[in-house]
Amino acid sequence: MSSTLLIIQTLNGLQLGVLLFLIAAGLTLVFGVMDFINLAHGVQYMLGAYLAAMFVAWTGNFFIGIALALISALAFGLLLEVVVMRHLYDRDHLEQVLATFGLILFLNEGVKIVWGAAPLQVPIPDSLSGTIRIADGVLYPVWRLAIIGSGLAVALGLYLIVAKTRVGMLIRAGASNAPMVSALGVDIRRLFMIVFGFGAMLAGFAGSMAAPVFSVEPGMGDNLLILAFVVIVIGGIGSIRGAFVGALLVGLVDTLLRSFSVDLLRLSGLSPSDARTIGPAIASMSIYILMAAVLFFRPTGLFPAKG
Amino acid sequence: MKRILLSLALGAATLAGVAQAQAQEPIRIGVIQTLSGPAAVLGQQARDGLQLAVRQLGGKMGGRDVQVIVVDDELKPDVALQRVQAMIDRDRVDFVVGPIFSNILQAIHAPVVNSPRAFLISANAGPSSYAGRGCHENFFVTSYQNDQVHEVLGAYAQRRGMQKVFLLTPNYQAGRDAMAGFKRHFRGQIVDEVYTPLGHLDFSAELARIGASGADALFTFMPGGMGVNLVRQYGQAGLTQRVPFLSAFTVDESTLPAQQDAALGMLAGMTWAPNMDNPQNKKFVADYEAAFGSVPGSYAMQAYDAAMLINSAVVATGGNLTDRAAVRTALRKADFTSLRGRFRFANNHYPIQDFYTVRAAKRPDGKFQTEIVERIFENYTDVYAAQCPMRW
Amino acid sequence: MAENPVTPPALPASPPLWRRLWLPVLVFALLALVPFVWGERFILGLVTRAMIMAIAALSLDLILGYGALVSFGHAAFLGLGAYAVAILFSHDIVDAAIAFPVAILIGAGFAFVTGAISLKTRGVYFIMITLAFGQMAFFTATSLSAYGGDDGLRMFHRSEVFGTRILANDTTFYFVVLGTLAGCFVLLKTIVGSRFGRVLRGAKENERRMRALGFDPFRYRLAAYVIAGSICALAGALFANLGMFVAPAYMTWQRSGEFIAMVVLGGMGTLIGPIIGAIGVTLIEEWLAAVTQHWKVIFGPMVVLVAIFARGGIVKLLERGTGR
Repeated sequence: MSSTLLIIQTLNGLQLGVLLFLIAAGLTLVFGVMDFINLAHGVQYMLGAYLAAMFVAWTGNFFIGIALALISALAFGLLLEVVVMRHLYDRDHLEQVLATFGLILFLNEGVKIVWGAAPLQVPIPDSLSGTIRIADGVLYPVWRLAIIGSGLAVALGLYLIVAKTRVGMLIRAGASNAPMVSALGVDIRRLFMIVFGFGAMLAGFAGSMAAPVFSVEPGMGDNLLILAFVVIVIGGIGSIRGAFVGALLVGLVDTLLRSFSVDLLRLSGLSPSDARTIGPAIASMSIYILMAAVLFFRPTGLFPAKG
Repeated sequence: MKRILLSLALGAATLAGVAQAQAQEPIRIGVIQTLSGPAAVLGQQARDGLQLAVRQLGGKMGGRDVQVIVVDDELKPDVALQRVQAMIDRDRVDFVVGPIFSNILQAIHAPVVNSPRAFLISANAGPSSYAGRGCHENFFVTSYQNDQVHEVLGAYAQRRGMQKVFLLTPNYQAGRDAMAGFKRHFRGQIVDEVYTPLGHLDFSAELARIGASGADALFTFMPGGMGVNLVRQYGQAGLTQRVPFLSAFTVDESTLPAQQDAALGMLAGMTWAPNMDNPQNKKFVADYEAAFGSVPGSYAMQAYDAAMLINSAVVATGGNLTDRAAVRTALRKADFTSLRGRFRFANNHYPIQDFYTVRAAKRPDGKFQTEIVERIFENYTDVYAAQCPMRW
Repeated sequence: MAENPVTPPALPASPPLWRRLWLPVLVFALLALVPFVWGERFILGLVTRAMIMAIAALSLDLILGYGALVSFGHAAFLGLGAYAVAILFSHDIVDAAIAFPVAILIGAGFAFVTGAISLKTRGVYFIMITLAFGQMAFFTATSLSAYGGDDGLRMFHRSEVFGTRILANDTTFYFVVLGTLAGCFVLLKTIVGSRFGRVLRGAKENERRMRALGFDPFRYRLAAYVIAGSICALAGALFANLGMFVAPAYMTWQRSGEFIAMVVLGGMGTLIGPIIGAIGVTLIEEWLAAVTQHWKVIFGPMVVLVAIFARGGIVKLLERGTGR
């Protein structure tokens, strides 16, 4: 029983990791290429979920709804870029933090005005609902496998884009030395806009994939934003590879410790009631401890992008 | 502060009684609820339920105008304290109708009950700390003592002869209290007790354990968005049929619009449900749906009852709130028709009432609500009341 | 700190005295007048809370404005100080003469340990590692079920001062907080003007040069971090007394973010700016919340506009306004 549980938990950890990767990928690119701290990235995830809820309800078709949500998330990301973000690229990090913090306040309240405070829901499409039998008496939802699959596909696609295409080359160059790219005559503004819009769309995609599993509610992106920051810091800012490894690491550590911390503490000799009180607290802290440990030994993360 | 002048007091009526009304100040009711963040839907229900009651009363209690002042506690204790202080000092409210969450109640309890004029009426949070030795003569509760709702499910599981139950709750005080409440009447085996972080989204890890545990039932307390996630993931993992889902504050009218079919048939404990069969409740549910477009939950019901309780005291004292002892005596009588039917106060000012199991159901019009299944406790007093030194 | 014969680099000549002092004098004079103009308890309470936030923001400015160390876990110190007082209170140690120094020491200790680790990193990595420690403190507080866990812990009255209950009077408490704020302001002003402060700033501008001059920036930063942590813990001790209540909600990462916003809005690296920022944010929030329940829809864009257009914060705006 214990080994099947471990397999399931590993799958669950992967699923969380993949979702985190979708958010962290945009965050780390925006950060790495433009040296821009975008706290509003979590709000874009939330917006993706709300847009998916709205469009799926309107069209009655899950896949068309998701496609429309993606397009709108992209459009909204570009709008934000034009209205707010581009005025902040050459500013201090703190002013960027402040401005995007203001955006969080605005958008969290804004979705409540538009869609109401009650959580919304998105039904899973029939073709992907149901469960798959993994072992005796242990079932796994198809939709979660779909999240893992699509996340891995996006990761592969991103890798190919970044490693093999001209835009990818510019992104890599921008991440390690942005002024140089600009000096070489590349329209850095347009590159920024593309990267930003693409990052917003990825976060929106994560939101729409998560919408059938998680409740769609105001502020749902705030905690994931923090997790995504943990991911990119562990991975090394600006590195897609780092974001991928960091996301899976955080997803697995968080899920596995949440599930097994109490048992581990009990095995190490704590009384069951103590283990039950301390275990969850340690599990909640685990990823922060992980991050602090990584930074202690590698102060710029596992895969630093800047030379 | 946000003044919602419920001078819905119709123009004509006001004109008629103008000479008399001008002389008197309005009765001021301060409402502090969580109106922002993910839990906002609960606070909105409470606010709307109270305002509906005031509207049904024609904006008047005991011949005096009623002014309702609504503030948002933002789920921050220090902000709540600040705003309650302003309601007491500046707005000079006569009653404070209190919050959804216990930690907010803890922050505002002392300033209100020790103020020179205001009574504190909690329309939802009912922590044990103010039910026993910490009870107070100026503090009333129209909801329940928190433990009781969990006790309902424990007693139900015991009555059904369940042998093994799996417990799941967020790792915070209310969660731990919930588990203690469940165990009070349940004599079977607790196969496992799992505490998740507050604000937990992904229950895959826990669901896997539940599936593998061989439990006869799950008991859980997962309020708000956490409950939405849990219920839907529970169904997706194929557990709904295998391991019955017993819960408190997890499947109710605030979460059902998002849980929908995934919650159908799941059992919860409550003092009331929208389909409760009495005339005042039928009117309440119909009016609430007409005004706000959604099915009212217990949060709305309890706030509505809080307003009716206040009205009963104002009427009994002839609109004279200066004699605090007289108002208290009137409040203690609870001389109003509760939407739940029977309702009176124990010596600690927490209600004595019936508790039921309720089941999530889909109405013919496609909306979702909970419906009463069976009565578990009759005229039930909380276990802390005996420790409360108040006698009256 | 090792004695060092080399003097740190001098800073540009200071502007005349009145130019440097008019704003602090004005701010403190206005604060001192509040109880005489508005006696209502809730206004006193509101401004007291604003001033406690100002002490916390002030302490953050020492490391943020003068050391370029963006701590995203500063609320942890507020919570530690508050919990120290409340937990001692629950064990019948109710005197401020014991509780407040303990709170400060705990703040200093936590700052020393976490600072020694965090200060090995730079920039965003520093932001995140301080966030990590802040979250650890938060989760620890929620798991303290003996002290109320998530529901928080009540104090039945304010701390005593040598056996007397003088803090129970709201006006007295107001002036105690105001005095503490003024004291911290003067202390920090002295610190940043001293050789220590100049090394701190020098390390922010040009770390390599400071090293070449023989200073070890790490030790200066650590000392600054410990001072900031202690002062913020003191603010926490006052905060516990204000509401006579503590809860983990006092140390969420959102509150750390608010502190940063207060410092940047007010004008970082000015000390008076964060005070104005903290008081301004607290009062504007309260005022907007009175206007509409959806006040964040107004407040959010205001923050964005200040970030984009008012570079250097409110203080810079004021100084520009006075023709500087």
